[in-house]
Amino acid sequence: MIKHLLSGGDLDADTATEILDTAAEMATVAGREIKKLPALRGRTVVNLFYEDSTRTRISFEAAAKRLSADVINFSAKGSSVTKGESLKDTALTLQAMGADAVVIRHPASGAPHRLANWVDGSVVNAGDGTHEHPTQALLDAYTMRSRLGRLAGLSVAVVGDVLHSRVARSNVLLLSTLGAKVTLVGPPTLIPVDIAGALAPGTNVSYDLDSVLPNVDVVMMLRVQRERMNDSYFPSAREYARRYGLDGPRMRRLPEHAIVMHPGPMNRGMEITPEVADSPRSTIVEQVTNGVSVRMAVLYLLLGGNNR
Amino acid sequence: MAYPPAARSSPPRQPSVKVILASADVQRVVDRIAHQILEKTQGAANTVLLGIPTRGTPLARRLADRISTFEDVAVPVGVLDITLYRDDLRRHATRAVGPTELPPGGIDGKRVILVDDVLFSGRTVRAALDALNDVGRPASVQLAVLVDRGHRELPIRADYVGKNIPTSLAESVKVTLAEIDGTDEVKLYGGTAS
Repeated sequence: MIKHLLSGGDLDADTATEILDTAAEMATVAGREIKKLPALRGRTVVNLFYEDSTRTRISFEAAAKRLSADVINFSAKGSSVTKGESLKDTALTLQAMGADAVVIRHPASGAPHRLANWVDGSVVNAGDGTHEHPTQALLDAYTMRSRLGRLAGLSVAVVGDVLHSRVARSNVLLLSTLGAKVTLVGPPTLIPVDIAGALAPGTNVSYDLDSVLPNVDVVMMLRVQRERMNDSYFPSAREYARRYGLDGPRMRRLPEHAIVMHPGPMNRGMEITPEVADSPRSTIVEQVTNGVSVRMAVLYLLLGGNNR
Repeated sequence: MAYPPAARSSPPRQPSVKVILASADVQRVVDRIAHQILEKTQGAANTVLLGIPTRGTPLARRLADRISTFEDVAVPVGVLDITLYRDDLRRHATRAVGPTELPPGGIDGKRVILVDDVLFSGRTVRAALDALNDVGRPASVQLAVLVDRGHRELPIRADYVGKNIPTSLAESVKVTLAEIDGTDEVKLYGGTAS
């Protein structure tokens, strides 16, 4: 097993499958009266969040607590970071407190990689800048596998702001490792040139959502961040929604079995309409539930044994 | 061609190996435990068999099968994975977690019989009791093992024992079962050649 989880590309097919299988066992705990396992008793997990996040932080916190680990939440707001403490000094402080794992979200791409060189414990990337968000990719893969029964050979469309999306990058890396075929869809301004070749050979790019939809098993909508809307990546929010938003008529062009995913938080009416978000094809709520199981699996596999 | 490879090549300088139970013996022992369970539990009423992976699982299935042959009672069978409850998790590389499958009726208020292949230190059974505590509240818990080799490190004993094997700590006991290993056998590997 690996020591850190920094990138969707850190995982080979066997390790990724092991995480998904372990997550399936962890999921059964959620159905029990006592939602607690003793596996990480006495271990300390620090949630180090330099960016606002509710679901990811709560998800990691729930996962660590269900495994009986002690959780320390550290958010940059109201901490010594606002007094100018550097990431390295914060890391050394956490190290001195005996953190066995640090879950980090940071606005700078690559921050978790730096952190991994400074601390002895495991580092889990919970989203760094516009780079990666590997546990999101794992929970997406888990959701696809549990809904559709397999990952190998699936055709997955990732739609929206690929340029700024860490979810998209991690998903492309992980899904291609697991044998799914990814098509990135969005306006040309929001898809980096040659991203497909740079991330994983075999990834396709399309600028036309309607032509992609009839041939996919999964369509994953990405959030369009509000701050991007004024950055002239596209003429107007309405035009974006018209061309790349998933609405009822578009959803009906999907194959019968296809599912609709969204990492959240959604802009209802922008990239996805309420009709689609609340339809039985949508796995958005499931993804949140699965997130806890997958993060339990990751924390257990990183911290459960003597892997040092 | 004339000889199967296994017959010719004996492993080099293997320490002494003694077959304690051969295939037919294993079946007889399982039959006896099944009878004892029926006797001690008033016909296996309100009883659930939970196998502890790996080899407790097929043993539990076999016991249920024998019980239904002898008395025509269907005893629910389940699997209780204890990986996350082990007290030595941190001494080894991370162990893979296996499935826990409880029978549809659950275990609350039932008499649960834990089934394992070898009873040794008792630590596996302790972990199983902890795991059981988290998945339900049985009325009582019993323990059935194919082999008891002694050397307990915890105050735990079995209610049903297939065979008591006095061993030294240098020896090891290996149970193989047809469902997993292809053959039914219990072997004692000696620490020193006798």
